[in-house]
Amino acid sequence: MQIIAYLIPVSLFLGGLGLGAFFWALRSHQFEDPEGDSRRILNDDWDEHPKP
Amino acid sequence: MSAEMQMRPAACPACAVAPSAETLAAAGAAAPKEARLFLSLPTIHCAACISAVERALNGTAGVLDARVNLTLKRVAVEAGPEVTADRLIEVLAAIGYEAHELDPGVIAATATDRAGRDILMRLAVSGFAMMNVMLLSVAVWSGAADATRDLFHWVSAMIALPTIVFAAQPFFRNAFAVLRHGRLNMDVPISLAIVLAAGMSLYETAQHGPHAYFDAALSLTFFLLAGRYLDHRTRAVARSAAEELAALEVPRAQRRTGAGEETVPIAEIAVGDVVLVRPGGRVPVDGVVAEGQSEIDRSLLTGETLPAFAGPGMALSAGEVNLTGPLAVTVTAAGQDSSLHRMADLVAVAESSRNRYTSLADRAARIYAPGVHLLSLLAFLVWLWISGGDLRLALNIAVAVLIITCPCALGLAVPAVTTAASGRLFRRGLLIKDGTALERLAEIDAVVFDKTGTLTLGAPEPTNLGDHPRRDLEIALALAEGSAHPLARALAEAARQAGLHPARVSDIREVPGYGVEGALGGETVRFGRAAWVGAGAAPGSETASWLRVGARAPVTFTFADRLRPGAETAVAELVALGMKVRLVSGDAPGPVADLAARLGISDWQAEALPEDKAAAVQALGDEGRRVLMVGDGLNDTAALAAAHVSISPASALDAARVASDIVLLGRDLAPLGGAVATARRATRRIRENFAISALYNMIAVPVALVGLATPLAAALAMSASSITVSLNALRLR
Repeated sequence: MQIIAYLIPVSLFLGGLGLGAFFWALRSHQFEDPEGDSRRILNDDWDEHPKP
Repeated sequence: MSAEMQMRPAACPACAVAPSAETLAAAGAAAPKEARLFLSLPTIHCAACISAVERALNGTAGVLDARVNLTLKRVAVEAGPEVTADRLIEVLAAIGYEAHELDPGVIAATATDRAGRDILMRLAVSGFAMMNVMLLSVAVWSGAADATRDLFHWVSAMIALPTIVFAAQPFFRNAFAVLRHGRLNMDVPISLAIVLAAGMSLYETAQHGPHAYFDAALSLTFFLLAGRYLDHRTRAVARSAAEELAALEVPRAQRRTGAGEETVPIAEIAVGDVVLVRPGGRVPVDGVVAEGQSEIDRSLLTGETLPAFAGPGMALSAGEVNLTGPLAVTVTAAGQDSSLHRMADLVAVAESSRNRYTSLADRAARIYAPGVHLLSLLAFLVWLWISGGDLRLALNIAVAVLIITCPCALGLAVPAVTTAASGRLFRRGLLIKDGTALERLAEIDAVVFDKTGTLTLGAPEPTNLGDHPRRDLEIALALAEGSAHPLARALAEAARQAGLHPARVSDIREVPGYGVEGALGGETVRFGRAAWVGAGAAPGSETASWLRVGARAPVTFTFADRLRPGAETAVAELVALGMKVRLVSGDAPGPVADLAARLGISDWQAEALPEDKAAAVQALGDEGRRVLMVGDGLNDTAALAAAHVSISPASALDAARVASDIVLLGRDLAPLGGAVATARRATRRIRENFAISALYNMIAVPVALVGLATPLAAALAMSASSITVSLNALRLR
């Protein structure tokens, strides 16, 4: 059962990492234009501009 | 903050320079204030469109950055002050995209959806916590005991408690606000269940008890936040689209000054100013014509399709459209005082009387909230008596009852259905503005239509082209092309479509307010008003224009209002649904009877004043009918507000759009019949979802009451009912 002492913190940490990534995406306006973003993938231009 | 900044130089003379340098830098950064322009792009739809528009705009001088938002069909442009929206619209028109300027002041409110992001963040946190706690709970359910179980419970508590404090705040806040006013709503049992579940679980964990409901408290929060978010999405889409409609009319006016003329926002116009109104422009204020002659289209205000003559001394109201000649108008009332605004205020009053309608969800909550609390209290008392004073057992069972009855399904049932239904209607071009509009639309059994601008486009169509010799038509076409008057434009369009070419008429000039004149082989030819061409009075109420060639007797061209596409389908479908359909118009009896016959509406009323329209709606209401009013003009606003539910087209006046619950985005009326059917189906789904919830409670509550509800049972029942209602709502798509 020693393994629990590692696995629980590890799973929480990994989950927290995912949550953090979601927060970052939300705060940097990445959910404002879902339809446009799905089309921009097909765009040949290199788009280095940050989101407005 | 600013006080602190001012204090600093005094406290430290040496660094007195530093703050000023700071402020200088700040001012320097802010100085080239970027004009932020928003353009609406209704036709944009693909990846290629995005890059084409962005490339074109970024290539324009003075534009710093342009970014398309395809979801909102809108482009945000950062540009220097010298770039105007008109210039950008030209650039886009050149590459084939239609664009309209949006009022940045109105748009800014919806640009960032703070509330939505807030709920989404809480939803993410509660989802994360729920998944982790459930993993630990599975271990407990599958037989972890003693120290291991306690450890898992403690870890769950560590995750769950901060999450609940953060994620369930919206419910706590609402519940607290309502309780302070001494009332109950759905948030009260929710908050109580969450708080009691968390508190009780913590106590049980500390006492090495076997059952902890942390996962139930978290999944409750998660599912209810999901419902809240769906609800928010529906409203946000409606609100942003409604505001975009409002933002499309950038309110500006041309004011005459000593030096010439300037473009100013409506808010800066004062009584006594002289405002210039170009042909085709909408009169921005109430006023009196000071100079110029023209014709005025007041169909939006009165329903009258025939343009009225306007000359010096005539009073104009805001919202009327100037047709042929430039006018100078002395302002008598502007902004808040104009008749347009007064009407909008009247509507606001009428609106508040309609807000008495309570939605199905509210009615359900009104029965539900006290019922659940009573049941839980009863369970507590009975178990206290049975067990002979075992407080812990009694409280445990009371909490289990509260958790298991908690309205996951109820909180999801309505938002999930309305989101699916509004999404479906939005794709067909109907925008639901009001939360309860869908339910009210489902209840209607009578429809009142306005004529001009609603069933018809308010654009005329020539009716007797075939009666005229080809030569006359060619002369008329030549003259008509020299004017922007709607009758002339309609005639020119129809003649061109018939394959005619204009006659060689020279010296064409427009006489504002009267018509067009020209010379043809030494003869004067005129096309315009009856009196001007020497034809005497116009026959009856028909919209007509006259052509006179030389000394020959004038000939008449008659026009009828063009039917809005889909009007026939919509009326037929509504009749098929068993509705009583009535046509009430401010126009003359002739055109109204004509249109009624064309659409097969037997019940019609002409020359109705705004009060008559409202009375017609009221009369149907007094018969016990629930009325849908469809209208677009200022004269319809009272009726729109008086009806059970109301629809106006996007081309309607602002006041009418504000008064209506649903806005028709496209030109087509055809979705109307389908909308009623969709609304009825949506209401049926909501009721079904309530039934599913009730059924699940009927099974789960007795189990909880006898004390058999383990955390596993609660989790299973809660998830199952939530997923069932969500899936049922998805059937609507």
